[in-house]
Amino acid sequence: MPAAGDAGSLEEQIDQWRSYLRRRQAIHSVDVTELEDHLREQIAGLTGAGLAADEAFLVAVKRMGELDALSREFAREHSERLWKQLVVPSDSGESGARTRTEAIVAFCLAVAAAILVKVPALFGLDLGEDGGFYARNASFFVLPLLTGYFTWKRRLDTRTLRWLAVAFVVAAVFANVYPFTPEGNTEVLTALHLPIALFLLVVGIAYAGGRWSQVAGRMDFIRFAGELFIYYVLIALGGGVFTGFMAIIFQAIGIDPEPFFQSWLLPCGAAAGVLVASWLVEAKQSVIENMAPVLARLFTPLFAALLITFLVTLLWTGRGIDIERDMLIAFDLLLVVVLGLLLYSVSARDATTPAGIFDVLQVVLVVSALLVDAVALWAIAARITELGFTPNRVAALGMNVILLVNLAWSAGLYLRFLRGRGSFTALERWQTNYLPVYAAWAAIVVIVFPPAFGYI
Amino acid sequence: MEINKDLMAASSTPIVLAILAEGDSYGYAILQRVRESSGGRMEWTDGMLYPVLHRLERLGHVESRWEVAESGRRRKYYRITSQGRARLAEDRKQWQAVDATLRGIWRALCLSVPVGHPVSAAPLPQGV
Repeated sequence: MPAAGDAGSLEEQIDQWRSYLRRRQAIHSVDVTELEDHLREQIAGLTGAGLAADEAFLVAVKRMGELDALSREFAREHSERLWKQLVVPSDSGESGARTRTEAIVAFCLAVAAAILVKVPALFGLDLGEDGGFYARNASFFVLPLLTGYFTWKRRLDTRTLRWLAVAFVVAAVFANVYPFTPEGNTEVLTALHLPIALFLLVVGIAYAGGRWSQVAGRMDFIRFAGELFIYYVLIALGGGVFTGFMAIIFQAIGIDPEPFFQSWLLPCGAAAGVLVASWLVEAKQSVIENMAPVLARLFTPLFAALLITFLVTLLWTGRGIDIERDMLIAFDLLLVVVLGLLLYSVSARDATTPAGIFDVLQVVLVVSALLVDAVALWAIAARITELGFTPNRVAALGMNVILLVNLAWSAGLYLRFLRGRGSFTALERWQTNYLPVYAAWAAIVVIVFPPAFGYI
Repeated sequence: MEINKDLMAASSTPIVLAILAEGDSYGYAILQRVRESSGGRMEWTDGMLYPVLHRLERLGHVESRWEVAESGRRRKYYRITSQGRARLAEDRKQWQAVDATLRGIWRALCLSVPVGHPVSAAPLPQGV
């Protein structure tokens, strides 16, 4: 019997056994090491007693016990492993050290963001009085650091880095050279659209780390953005509770924490929160299920039912949509929500599974949203000349058209998929290819709108 | 001979603690020691020992450390703590009480039951 070949196959068998163990959530890698030592010892004992290597392996595995039962036993002893996944690992090891470094870097960047928010105050710019400056430049307190974080993490090359830096400089110029009317429409539009453009393009490219040109890379960024949003909301809720208690206990001793809260805690916390949330998403990425697709699944049927009921009521009663000033924005937001539901359902779906009932529901949702939006646009078009083209209205209308095109095309692709004529990947590709369109539109609003509308 | 599950579970703690009281050890060696001292009558499923060890560690009865064995592999050694020794002493008292009770009853059985019913074959493991 060739001993070398025998040893090779034994190693392979042990490798396979180890990989089965690793898949069990309740059995951690240190336990696998411990069990593997046992297995090898057992095999050595059995071969010493005269068994062939493969026989010894089989007997040793048999004696170790059934994997399901073993995993159950571990789960009973370590029930926390089925729940808790620590962000900061306390145990040593090379992956632990890496995670710790990352936590430290993220924490330092969060502190840097908090400090950065207060830097303009050194030059006499007050958060209360120069609100316009802060609103226009809010992106620059956070996004460069976030980009830096991903640059560090993905080890981007210096050429990409230079382009990203140029993008920030250009954006900073456009945000600050225009002679905006204080608190005018175009200034507000710039404040709203600049973060969108910078986040989608600059942060997106840094996040994807060279995979921006691939569908999968952009899809990962979409997933990241969804989780970032959810974690940020959770952190904000926690922050709200924290400040609530701060206010109560300090008011009890006759000190009003309001000024501190408004000029320090809120702005610094809001900036630092983005970095902490990003780090959390990165750290938890493979550990816990993504929340955005879960929420999308939960709310897709509800929104579909809502929109269909709305359409039926509209037809039944024959009421017209009452167009008021902000109605367009409300319908924009509706389309954004529907797009989000679609996007995050798509992001979690395995492209190879055949169409199911949920896909039908998804199409119903998108089509009904399109119909509702078409009714609203129709009502607006009838009165647009009367209402006039203000910058806000043009921006909202542009956004609406962009979302409408996306959803209409998505509905078409989805229908093809349902009828078995197209693949699901076509829909994924369409959605990820569309990302730069939002960024481009946001850039147009920032760059073209102020001069076009006379900086009002 | 099969020993039932409940009895196995109840006896595993004192057996493991008693073996560790003899000296620091690791999983495989503990199992070998169990086989040896029970004359092969107690057959544990090997893997099941580890959750028991981890539970004892969580309760503070044993502590563990990683060492590199002579084979070059990392091996986890367990050592009994003073709290574990106290628990072992307590367990020992309880098992001796159970053992003494059973012996007494069996002796009575032997006397009253006519010869020919070999119930006195001592089917249970003795206290450690």
